[in-house]
Amino acid sequence: MIAGYSGADLAIALINVLLLGLLFVVGVAIARMRSLFAIVMLSGIYSLISATWFVALDAVDVAFTEAAVGAGISTALLLGAMLLTARTAKPEKGAMQIVPILVVLATGAMLVYATIDLPAFGDPDSPANTYVGTDYLERTPKEIAVPNIVTAVLASYRGFDTLGETGVVFTAALAVILLLGFGERSLSATFNRKKDKQ
Amino acid sequence: MAGPRSDHHVILRVVAKPLIPIIALFALYVHFHGDYSPGGGFQAGVIIVVAVVLYALVFGITPAMRAVPPVFARSLAALGFIIFAGVGVWALVMGGNFLDYDVLFNEEPGGHMGQHYGIIAVEVGVLFAVAGSMLSIFYAFAGRVTEIKDEDW
Repeated sequence: MIAGYSGADLAIALINVLLLGLLFVVGVAIARMRSLFAIVMLSGIYSLISATWFVALDAVDVAFTEAAVGAGISTALLLGAMLLTARTAKPEKGAMQIVPILVVLATGAMLVYATIDLPAFGDPDSPANTYVGTDYLERTPKEIAVPNIVTAVLASYRGFDTLGETGVVFTAALAVILLLGFGERSLSATFNRKKDKQ
Repeated sequence: MAGPRSDHHVILRVVAKPLIPIIALFALYVHFHGDYSPGGGFQAGVIIVVAVVLYALVFGITPAMRAVPPVFARSLAALGFIIFAGVGVWALVMGGNFLDYDVLFNEEPGGHMGQHYGIIAVEVGVLFAVAGSMLSIFYAFAGRVTEIKDEDW
């Protein structure tokens, strides 16, 4: 078979290639589009495909968050933000088109170069699976007694980090409210219109 | 959007309406089953907001704001963060470190009640903070436009 894969491994490898290919196609489509509505929808699709890919990589918690946040709420928020601005992006002029593609190519080349040093996927001797990872796996049943180790790490061992993340989300809401207002204008506008009619 | 009832979105409304309570129920499942399966306060908070956003998209932003007022959304966000930080302060008061759930109930070493209820309280805090924040952001964006016409999409 292809490059030494067989059976289930071949199927998983093909699924990975298919999903990454779809991600690539969607990414190129987003870069070439000018209609903001289509771009927002395609970025939702991009998130959904990434979530599927995370499931294929056995990172179910990450996939869940990506599907809920990336494909769900941020698409809705971007649609709301899109309504406040123009419907199409301005086309870039001549030389300005070259600079982004050079940046993308350089970053991509660096990332590919970095993957050479990465341990193989699922390698039991990789740093992520040896030091603190095994420690959590061994300690959680004794110390926390929660079946889902991700929850134990998230809420208990790394509780301070999660507090910070919650603070970030709360601060983001505060910042948007400070910039755009509470959004109650439409509510009061509707009430005023009804009063005017009466 | 919130147009006359005789428009061509009637199928959309009929299909979306039964989905909204199911989405909200799924959010509660994701939240309370987070100890056993993927999920937790963060994901549940986002999913419950999706239910409200779907209601706002199908029936209009004003009915959604009447069902879940913006004041409630932003108070919920602040309350959630206070709950999370409050559990940490509770542990401090009980003589432990910040967010050290083991000391919450002064139990014997090896007891897991503190960890259990500490995690539940923290997850409720995350749920409230994320749901309130996300909904506030959505209201801030969507509330700027009084009524969204079909041509605007």
